[in-house]
Amino acid sequence: MSIRERLSGNEAIATAMRQINPDVFAMFPITPSTEIPQYYAQYVADGRVDTEFITVESEHSSLSACLGAEAAGARAVTATSSAGLSYMNEVLYVAASSRLPVVLAVACRALTGPININHDYSDSMAERDSGFIQIYGENNQEVYDNYLQAHRIAEHPDVRLPLMVCEDGFITSHAIENIELEDDEAVKKFVGEYKPENYLLKKENPLAVGPYGVSGYYMEARVAQAQAMKNAKKVILEVAADFEKTFGRKYGFFEEYRMEDAETAMVIMGSSAGTAKACVDELRAEGVKAGLVKIRVFRPFPGEELAAVLSKCKAVAVMDKSEGFSACGGPLFAETAGACINLKDRPQMIDIVFGLGGRDFTVEAARSVYKRLEGIAAGGETGPVYTHMGQREA
Amino acid sequence: MAYNLKQELNKPERFHSGHRLCAGCGAGIVCRAMMRAVNEEDQAVICNATGCLEVSSFQYPYTAWEDSYIHTAFENASATASGVEAAMKVMKRRGKLEQDRNIKILTIGGDGGTYDIGFQSLSGALERGHDFTYFCYDNNAYMNTGTQRSSATPRFANATTTPSGVESVGKKQNQKDLTQIVVMHGAPYVAQTTLFGNMKDFHEKAHRAIYTEGPTFVNVLTPCPRGWQYPADELLEICKLAIDTCVWPLYEVVEGEYRLTYEPKKKLPVEEFMRKQGRFRHCFAKGNEWTLEAAQEYVDKKWEELLNKCK
Repeated sequence: MSIRERLSGNEAIATAMRQINPDVFAMFPITPSTEIPQYYAQYVADGRVDTEFITVESEHSSLSACLGAEAAGARAVTATSSAGLSYMNEVLYVAASSRLPVVLAVACRALTGPININHDYSDSMAERDSGFIQIYGENNQEVYDNYLQAHRIAEHPDVRLPLMVCEDGFITSHAIENIELEDDEAVKKFVGEYKPENYLLKKENPLAVGPYGVSGYYMEARVAQAQAMKNAKKVILEVAADFEKTFGRKYGFFEEYRMEDAETAMVIMGSSAGTAKACVDELRAEGVKAGLVKIRVFRPFPGEELAAVLSKCKAVAVMDKSEGFSACGGPLFAETAGACINLKDRPQMIDIVFGLGGRDFTVEAARSVYKRLEGIAAGGETGPVYTHMGQREA
Repeated sequence: MAYNLKQELNKPERFHSGHRLCAGCGAGIVCRAMMRAVNEEDQAVICNATGCLEVSSFQYPYTAWEDSYIHTAFENASATASGVEAAMKVMKRRGKLEQDRNIKILTIGGDGGTYDIGFQSLSGALERGHDFTYFCYDNNAYMNTGTQRSSATPRFANATTTPSGVESVGKKQNQKDLTQIVVMHGAPYVAQTTLFGNMKDFHEKAHRAIYTEGPTFVNVLTPCPRGWQYPADELLEICKLAIDTCVWPLYEVVEGEYRLTYEPKKKLPVEEFMRKQGRFRHCFAKGNEWTLEAAQEYVDKKWEELLNKCK
């Protein structure tokens, strides 16, 4: 039985964690993810969970402690944002290459500078090559549901990769919305126990983790890791199917919104998709064939599946909520354009960098993007491929 | 039972030969002795910081370690150990691990991974009070990358980033006194030792550290023949000179109580320790006599301070 509640994204994640009751939670505060460990500390204080809660002295150490715990045989979690995620950078790669399935909640926030506490994806996008699986939610419900699926994906024997559950800082992390929570026991049953095959504390077979891998071995390790990321695609869909069967809510690599006959489309992520959907509804009411694809799984990137959907469109705008400073587009654009490269008939594509450091994104702004796409679809001229939107002009 | 080296050496090895450490490297001796200090019936998990020891003892697909071992990065051995310890506690509590299993968490890093880049992680783990023992094999510089100065490098030592020259007499600063800093954290057992004689001093301190509940720390002066520039077979002699000159005093601090564990019969001049090593060669050049005096003055001052603490 689902329970109707009103929660922020942070409390939704903390609630999912409480229901799962992981073995170890290593925490370090940073805005806007801090509430997650704060809620959790209270669950520990009130005896609602019996997790080993470690209050470490940095994000580098929180992830390092999670690695130690996972290698030792425990299920370990943490949460962070922005500079905290950047500070973990080195250890993120170690987690992935050591194949330790830590689950990390990220309340996505802009990176310095200037220092800014609001939302964009500059933190999580900077870690797109770390080897973590990345799953993004549009609202608190999706973030909660993604969290319930996270451990099963990460810990699957064919995957064994760490995973980030990403929510939009403040917009999702702090805004209180209606949510359907699942029953504690049903969640426990769905998520299951962590049963690693080998671990440091196993009585038989001592384990050695983290070798020096010379050039005679390094490449094999990396290829195996790349294969695990490919395997994750299948597992993500399997877990989503079981989630739908169990709790009734459907998830895939991405959500197609009114894409059936769409001529123009946006590729977008997170809470901004909600705003853009409102715009799509307005345009559809006006008879404009507009659609939207909201990326849920960014790593592994569902390139083939996305290309198949976009192949039917005439013009596509990729909406990047982080600036990659490549001088030719943001990271979502690079992935999406790359995914479409071998299509025989491919849409014309533009990249729009928007919403940096919490800059507002409105229905009107979305409408201006679709307007531009209609022009491209009609005239065949793309115009400038890579532009920014919403900034004050000098 | 009284310590007996022969008996100790008859124990099954838990740090095997075949590792790639240099001939005469002190770190290998530290590892063997550290593992002998774990009771035979107990298991251990070794958390190792990146460094010479890590790249030499666990080069895929070989490991020199008989017990479970984890290396994650350079600066986070203590944080990694914190996670292992937390996992052990919760897994015992939840019945995933047998209650009666005695698993000792040993963390080991060089001075770079302990005094410098790993200091924050060490300090955090000490403050939180995890049940683990940290062994620092202090070889006075970043040896894995080629003898760059660390905060453990003594004043006047020639390191590749503090070379001597017409404008330089080697490193400008004295060694950071990490042992004292760890004592100030309130750790229940802290000791300084080195490699000499029949290893009784090392063994007893290591055993006491490992079997004291809470965060404990053993700082081991561990010569590096290449970095210190002396013949590889003179390790024991160099260590003996370090303690007889009081460059590296042997003591332990039990619940804040200081105890000197070795007092040289005759305190030797510091230059006898320095003369044996190429890294101090420039100190003996004409015009640099003052460096020997300054080194002596510093050692005397530190020794007096320690004697006062041990009263």
